[in-house]
Amino acid sequence: MINLNSNIPEGPLEKKWTNHKFNLKLVIPANRRKYNIIVVGTGLAGASAAASLAELGYNVHSFSYHESPRRAHSIAAQGGINAPKNYANDGDSIRRLFYDTIKGGDYRARESNVYRLAEVSGSIIDQCVAQGVPFARDYAGYLDNRSFGGAQVSRTFYARGQTGQQLLLGSYQALLRQIDEKKVTFYQRREMLDLVLHNGKARGIIARNLVTGKLEKYIADAVVLATGGYGNVYHLSTNAKASNATAIWRAHKRGALFANPCYTQIHPTCIPVSGDYQSKLTLMSESLRNDGRIWVPKKKDDNRKPNEIPESERDYYLERLYPSFGNLVPRDIASRRAKEICDNGFGVGTSKMSVYLDFENAINRLGKDAIAEKYGNLFDMYKQITSENPYKVPMRIYPAVHYTMGGLWVDYNLMGTIPGLFVLGEANFSDHGANRLGASALMQGLADGYFIAPYTISNYLATEKFDKLSIDNTSVTKVEKEVEQTISKLLSINGKITVYEFHETLGKIMWNNVGMARNKKGLQEAINKISELREEFWNNVKVVGRGDNINMQLEKAQRVADFIELGKLIATDALNREESCGGHFREEHQFNGEAKRDDKKFIYSAAWEYQGTNKKEKLHKEKLEFESVSLTQRSYK
Amino acid sequence: MKLHLKIWRQVNNNSKGKFINYDVDNVSEHMSFLEMLDVLNEKLVHKGEDTISFDHDCREGICGSCGMMINGFAHGPGAGVATCQLHMRSFKDGDKIVIEPFRAKAFPVLKDLVVDRSAFDRILQKGGYISAKTGGIPDGNAIPVKKEDSETAMDAAACIGCGACVAACPNSSAMLFVSAKVSHLGLLPQGKIENKERVKKLVAAMDEEMFGSCTNTYACEAECPKEISITNIARLNKYFIKATL
Repeated sequence: MINLNSNIPEGPLEKKWTNHKFNLKLVIPANRRKYNIIVVGTGLAGASAAASLAELGYNVHSFSYHESPRRAHSIAAQGGINAPKNYANDGDSIRRLFYDTIKGGDYRARESNVYRLAEVSGSIIDQCVAQGVPFARDYAGYLDNRSFGGAQVSRTFYARGQTGQQLLLGSYQALLRQIDEKKVTFYQRREMLDLVLHNGKARGIIARNLVTGKLEKYIADAVVLATGGYGNVYHLSTNAKASNATAIWRAHKRGALFANPCYTQIHPTCIPVSGDYQSKLTLMSESLRNDGRIWVPKKKDDNRKPNEIPESERDYYLERLYPSFGNLVPRDIASRRAKEICDNGFGVGTSKMSVYLDFENAINRLGKDAIAEKYGNLFDMYKQITSENPYKVPMRIYPAVHYTMGGLWVDYNLMGTIPGLFVLGEANFSDHGANRLGASALMQGLADGYFIAPYTISNYLATEKFDKLSIDNTSVTKVEKEVEQTISKLLSINGKITVYEFHETLGKIMWNNVGMARNKKGLQEAINKISELREEFWNNVKVVGRGDNINMQLEKAQRVADFIELGKLIATDALNREESCGGHFREEHQFNGEAKRDDKKFIYSAAWEYQGTNKKEKLHKEKLEFESVSLTQRSYK
Repeated sequence: MKLHLKIWRQVNNNSKGKFINYDVDNVSEHMSFLEMLDVLNEKLVHKGEDTISFDHDCREGICGSCGMMINGFAHGPGAGVATCQLHMRSFKDGDKIVIEPFRAKAFPVLKDLVVDRSAFDRILQKGGYISAKTGGIPDGNAIPVKKEDSETAMDAAACIGCGACVAACPNSSAMLFVSAKVSHLGLLPQGKIENKERVKKLVAAMDEEMFGSCTNTYACEAECPKEISITNIARLNKYFIKATL
């Protein structure tokens, strides 16, 4: 029986986490070394959790498909990390960050989790400063802030345009320290391919050594998945090439419920697609919207160069439509407006599928040096890719898939529906509702890893009894066998269509039918097409190379196989959710072009239960209760 | 454009490698170097041949995964870019391009263009951190940091650990990499406390991993995709002398 108990502690919102921490059971220091914990993934959530758990005294086994923990995709986050320090003296507070996040997520997140996130986020900044993260500072030596979308205060801490890199290096270094102290064993180039359950508890993983091709069995007392999001279901996204859903998807197939898969975030400011060979999309940080102004020509099909278009003939449409937030409206809204403007024929560039992000005003106001200090590396990156100089001509941007708010369902303790399976960071569904605000992903990853999981995992270990388990137990070997069969099958099909081609086809279906605007007919069509694609994949995929050395085609084949299945679940969830909220926009449900929620019918998180190959998944609902905010139509006008 | 590629192929660490020639047609100047290799790999799959393996991930020059010698230069022509940010507009029709893995004793080749740079992690795990535990930390603004120091630390912290400095160096020295970490942490008040121990341990670890010595050729700085300055090496030497006097 599935138990969807969210385990939200009693008491007023502000006291829940404090009370809960006191009620959580502890493992005494001398006993901690008796427990083993597997942590999959070494991004912000994984590295911070692994390091913090090891510091407590547990034996931690850390896994990455990369050569080094520092390659994890958190490294690419640019703009910043939120915390309600109120250093800017502009009225920020835990309550305000909580409120902005709940509202930004269009009231589709769990109140208690979001409040806790806001509550612990201040400590993250302190922690990172102590680790040597070189955050931007003012001339007095104090920490500097900037603004991000969906907020009217400046609460975003940053390290130039490389905040993710610097935060990850902080947690990576904390992890290395524990590796050297032999409290963490790091397994490089290992990809988790399945989850091992024993007597109903998560007890281990099957991983493939990507260098030798050998399958390896690992067992522990708890398994932590911090494996990131699934944006690459869409083929082209801002995610790194290797980012994938395999760990969470295979855990899902073993019984972990998958929540709100249709909540995908399309980021408004990315460099537009330029050719068929394009392998990925590059994000231009949201922080640019602090100083950049988004506009298109007022005239359709205006082919003049941007600097030839006078001020009076430009439409700064976000400033016009949303005067109180201007260019800093949340991502879902900025993306939708950009799509609409381009669909209506006002887009710019050769493809007409982009809008301008212009820094002319800011450069005139602040000087080129000030802009270079804030955004220099982003400008360089843009120039490198497009060969255009954004100091002189406006950037051209268009929305792209960026982040996935959905993920494995977790309770207040960040534990999934399988006991002992903890899910952190982007891999879980917990904090961002239907739309994530900028600079909140880094915040969540580190909150989960440094300040939440160490408490809740200790409680789990302290309260459960564990049966002895060896790697030769059938609970382990049975799963290993199944993984082995899947790999042999992939290598033996020897069909005609490449893995890349399948991924591309899936991506097109997803982008066209399950993208920024969705409707019933398109979603049904997507479900049918993806079912056919799955059939075709398992009969006609061509995977070259061998199984006993590095084989990136085989690695990708497994990931794409899972993307196809997850893609279908995304469409199924989007079809079920007959409302618009945040990043999930159903054309049938809108009011003046804005998302129209249906709080009567859909005030729940949809948690899907796997039922077997090609079977429709079973829907479970976690009703969302809002005690301290009143639900309103989101307005940024 | 059409290009003639000469690419290093090697099955695994135990086998001998060799160069193989490939021609690629219809290369657009807007493609990145890795996208050009993707196109070639797709052709190889259709022919039923094993693809060319190369590490890559973020494709925006920050993860440090990619890196290869292109016509003898780490990350190829052009300053301040990783291989993934190199665009084909840097080449012209008919060019011959030689592509091989980063070569260094400390970076064994695993397959084709994939090398193992975990020696970098093993160096840093000896002290490339500030020993702050999770929790019990004072407020972020408790210790002001001079803006200038913070900026210089950030310049050094921008290192992506790709190994180009080692590959570019005739001695396969890791001095630029190590000095960047020593500078990043040593310039900040939070990191100064452990400076002496850190620099001694990191230098010892670097030698143990079989990286060579620095003879001031400046090749590392010239080929570093993040343009990390050799001033950091001078700073490392200063710290090291202070620590060992």
